[in-house]
Amino acid sequence: MANGNGKVGLRDRVKDANEKLWGSQLAESILRPGSPFKKGYSDSPRNRSYVVMNNVLYHLHPVKVKRHGVRLSYTLCLGGLSFFLFILLTITGIFLMFYYTPSAQTAYPDIEALSTNVAFGSLVRNMHRWGAHLMVLSVFLHMSRVFYHGAYKPPREFNWVVGVVLLFLTLLLSFSGYLLPWDQLALWAVTVGTNMAGFVPVMGAQVKFALLAGVEVSAATLLRFYVLHVLALPFILVIFLAVHFWRVRKDGGISGPL
Amino acid sequence: MTEIPESLLRRSAEAKAKALGLPVEQVLAEMKGEAPPTPPPAPEPEPEKAPEESVEEVPPAGGTPAEEPVVDVTSEAVVAPEAPKEAPAEEPPADPVPDEAAVEASEEPEPETQPAAPESEEAVAETSGEPEPETQPAEPEPEAAAADASKEPEPETPPAPAPMSEDQAGAAETKEAPAAVATMVEETPPPVEGNGAGNGKVAATVTPRQVLPPTGTPEGVRTQRLLTVVKARAIQTVKTEPTDKVNTWPHLMLMEFGALLAITGFLVILSVIIHSPLLEPANFNATPNPSKAPWYFLGLQELLSYFDPQIAGVTVPTITGLIGFMMVPYVDKNPSHRPSDRKFAIALYSTFLAGAATLTIIGVLFRGRGFNFSYPWKDGVFFDDLKDWVQFE
Repeated sequence: MANGNGKVGLRDRVKDANEKLWGSQLAESILRPGSPFKKGYSDSPRNRSYVVMNNVLYHLHPVKVKRHGVRLSYTLCLGGLSFFLFILLTITGIFLMFYYTPSAQTAYPDIEALSTNVAFGSLVRNMHRWGAHLMVLSVFLHMSRVFYHGAYKPPREFNWVVGVVLLFLTLLLSFSGYLLPWDQLALWAVTVGTNMAGFVPVMGAQVKFALLAGVEVSAATLLRFYVLHVLALPFILVIFLAVHFWRVRKDGGISGPL
Repeated sequence: MTEIPESLLRRSAEAKAKALGLPVEQVLAEMKGEAPPTPPPAPEPEPEKAPEESVEEVPPAGGTPAEEPVVDVTSEAVVAPEAPKEAPAEEPPADPVPDEAAVEASEEPEPETQPAAPESEEAVAETSGEPEPETQPAEPEPEAAAADASKEPEPETPPAPAPMSEDQAGAAETKEAPAAVATMVEETPPPVEGNGAGNGKVAATVTPRQVLPPTGTPEGVRTQRLLTVVKARAIQTVKTEPTDKVNTWPHLMLMEFGALLAITGFLVILSVIIHSPLLEPANFNATPNPSKAPWYFLGLQELLSYFDPQIAGVTVPTITGLIGFMMVPYVDKNPSHRPSDRKFAIALYSTFLAGAATLTIIGVLFRGRGFNFSYPWKDGVFFDDLKDWVQFE
């Protein structure tokens, strides 16, 4: 403990405080058995199982996974990255919502102010935008990976269908966010996009009308896209995500080696 | 000691009672320890008895089995047909205490037996088997015959071995336990005559005998007791292949954490370097030229410039894109996962991928004013998402 001078060294003090912190009743009560942060944690098969079972986030995973599934070259982590990008987009999106009003008068000035007046506003907006593009890309690549592995084959057929729905929802999410800056790029890209939606068979005109809240892009469209973007579509997406993850486990985990 | 279920006890008692000719209730009471045991069979086998028994059996015209003193071997353990390899056939026949296989091997004295014609398809753990042709297969098992055929008889069979002691029988039974079936053998008196030359049967066989009254059980002869009937499949079914697995923590989760950090770092760096575009405020009266959709719809927009909207806007995206993709697992009936078996599917998807990528790249980079074809290095990039980043001029 004490060094030659009779003083307690910094290292020892840190160690001591650390032990007090993680050994406290508070920490003990928060950490579930098997947490690597728990005092006296030891690396044992039992604790390795507990780490997964006793954590609300990790228990999406099974305790054990097939060895080949852990290889980075098998999945390229694309599904996990898509999910993580979704989380990242949610976090940055919530940040952006604080500074944005979805009305034709204020939307554009808000974005401008975000880029200049708000601390990290520009960075967060950039992350949100590029993250969205990345997510579209990673979801698409994830689908391609699954196809090339034949992982949609029984018993995983339905999960593939859910995955296609997720891809569609991802595209819709990205597209609905496109309009929100309310600049020329947003306005005309959405005009082109919704014109394409008008070609949907049988109910094209209705789909277009529902999307635009009118016959062409207007202030009402902005509000509609905003609500779709921040609430409606994420809500639906999360439901499908839950089913998707659940089915991955119920269908026997990751598909077998080739 | 754990309690044996009543049903099992009763079953065993019934078997034993049948073997001994006793009333079931009495045997059951005995087994439960509620009644004094009836004269128990002697614990040790009597080797001297064996030669007598089988010697006289080998000649087909021998004494009727009914007269034989050794008669109480009524229920036999049937050798598991699935595990014939377990029965060592190399046992010298003269071995005074051979195991079942050896017994069988030595029980087939006929030189002219044809291995090709095994009709009695049953491998029986035969403690005192005889080579009768008319066997009563309790449970026909084709593989058993093959197993028997492998141990073909020598022309000169030495005297048959001693009957197995109970422990031996028990050992044999447990040895083959997974697939063994302990069965009652039907009691049919063996034919006395007419099997001299007609022994075409190879497989050794159940020797049905008459059961003497229990009181007549000679000293030292053990009766076999039916413990229980076990279906071969019941114990043995293996449902899942063991797979090579690793703990999620730390193996998978460290990998995921690494991927998470990597993508976050990549995104932050990207966001610091490239700024999101922000053009002039929306103006309904000023249509930019060209007007482009977001990049993931640009392939579609490109198609729209070639085809009628009813085709590019309807057929391609909804039919091919959405419904087509959803139907993939229901259309692709090929069960194989190996790329070499799915050349067509892979080729199809790769074509789609290449086509989509080509169309998107053309739409992003090679479309200029009026959505006409242009070269990005000559006319510039007409794609506002990358406006601040990609500059060729």
